Amino acid sequence: MRQLKFKPKSRIREFVGEKLISVNAYAALIVTLLIFIFVFKEAIPIFTDSIIQEEAAPDKMVFKQQFYEGREAKWSWQPTSDVPKYSLMPLFIGTLKAAIIAMLFAVPLGVGAAIYSSEFAPKRLREIIKPAIEMLAAIPSVVLGFFALMILATFLQNVLGLTFRLNALNAGIALGLAVIPIVFTIAEDAMTSVPRALRDAATALGANTWQVSLTTVLPAAIPGIAAGIVLGFGRAVGETMIVLMASGNAAIVSASFLDSVRTFSATIAAELAEVVFGGTHYTVLFFIGSLLFVFTFLINLTGDFFLVRLKEKMQGRTT
Amino acid sequence: MYNEMSDLSVRVAKTDISSDAAEKLQYKIIVEQLDFFYGDIQALFDISMNIEQNRVTALIGPSGCGKSTFIRTLNRMNETIPGTRMEGKVLLDGCDIYQDFDDPSQIRTRVGMVFQKSNPFPKSVFENVAYGLRVNGIKDRNLIAEVVEESLKRAALWDEVKDKLDNSAFTFSGGQQQRLCIARALAIRPEVILMDEPASALDPISTAKIEDLIGELRQHYTIVIVTHNMQQAARVSDHTAFFYEGKLIEDGPTKEIFTRPKKKKTEDYITGRFG
Repeated sequence: MRQLKFKPKSRIREFVGEKLISVNAYAALIVTLLIFIFVFKEAIPIFTDSIIQEEAAPDKMVFKQQFYEGREAKWSWQPTSDVPKYSLMPLFIGTLKAAIIAMLFAVPLGVGAAIYSSEFAPKRLREIIKPAIEMLAAIPSVVLGFFALMILATFLQNVLGLTFRLNALNAGIALGLAVIPIVFTIAEDAMTSVPRALRDAATALGANTWQVSLTTVLPAAIPGIAAGIVLGFGRAVGETMIVLMASGNAAIVSASFLDSVRTFSATIAAELAEVVFGGTHYTVLFFIGSLLFVFTFLINLTGDFFLVRLKEKMQGRTT
Repeated sequence: MYNEMSDLSVRVAKTDISSDAAEKLQYKIIVEQLDFFYGDIQALFDISMNIEQNRVTALIGPSGCGKSTFIRTLNRMNETIPGTRMEGKVLLDGCDIYQDFDDPSQIRTRVGMVFQKSNPFPKSVFENVAYGLRVNGIKDRNLIAEVVEESLKRAALWDEVKDKLDNSAFTFSGGQQQRLCIARALAIRPEVILMDEPASALDPISTAKIEDLIGELRQHYTIVIVTHNMQQAARVSDHTAFFYEGKLIEDGPTKEIFTRPKKKKTEDYITGRFG
């Protein structure tokens, strides 16, 4: 019988390979950290530099200010005016309005489509619906923005008889198109991951398809649906190009969803290229960037929390 | 413990059938020429079988022989799997469950089911048992509480959970969870209970409890149980059917199947020559 000669494994090759792979992982981590540090560093003068604080101290950005003598105090974002005004409130309200409309539009559609796709659609149809909706996420946001700017805005103006073509409603709906695939995918995955055994249990107790979905699958998948909504909201707040193109970008404080809005993200995109390096305006824009950074970080953390809950629930570890 | 054939003979004696007329009345379920297909693959071939009322019928056979598929045709659970098709008849008290009912969920309230792996809902003990009542439109709280208690008692679980009805079902042991699933199935007051290897994932003590429970339940219900464990079939059942490769090879009183099988295949299987 011939002998089997096993080749000894190269420890060096494995060592080098392992290190190379880990460098990739660390590189991503380090780049994120560096961006984080850079953005925050540029925003620090808001809290330390007395010249900048004269125009844009934190309280001045939050509360109403009297910019001209004899006029009433108000929130205003006019960073390039003779008297620069750095109230963040108009931008905050604008961001919120666009995001709320996006969510009102995207959540019912996304969750509804997820329920249909996971519970009711025949298998073949499901195999078309899911990639088709997920394809929405692959459309560059500039294309969605262009669509909103040229087609949706005109349509809404004609149907609703609006004075302004570009407004929160228009931007919000376009934003919703970008949010739908996020809500849909995560919610759908959550519902299809509900174990077959649970569906069988409900079916065997005389529940029909509707009851199985509403009383068993949906409650079990709630954390996943919540995660989808939260992450979708993160996208709605952080998304830039769509709102930049479709919102009209007027920093107005109003409760109407038919007024133009200017969001945090669009403000940075529109203004950062034209500011004085290291000036007040520049610093304030970086401060806004930091806010967005912190906000989306918290949102993603919350989303992840819900997904962990979902996983635990599916494995039966919690109630 | 696993070879109590003497005990078996006592139980089997009760099932002796006296006359043809009584025999007809005794049949809770009559299956006629049942064929079943998963897509193009035929899983069951021309099964005809009678299931006696208030008796335990065990389905035995090697893995993949179609016994689980068969049991799931008895409450139309197979319909939830896309691409399946069946031919033949399943009569429940003389009604064709595939023809005479528009809504399969009606059947399932009369023919309950317990699954191989305990599958409680991620809800409280109480809500697990109440589920079947709620989805079938029972709203009276007192009635629900009453039936939940009754069902848990019948499933021999009441004493263990009566102070913990609001606890999550997952906080209990595997055996308790399975008895909870049995209680849940009992709550809708079915006439027939199908059990698909109800103890295969449990330890010997929990298994013994489930088997004792089956012994109790047969007074009130017609029970059909799929089992891999031939000793279990011998211990708990009155009637045994042997399935092999999608065909019903032989069925009869458990005692006869285990002591004087008519077919060579049955004998080979129960003596452990294959399977």
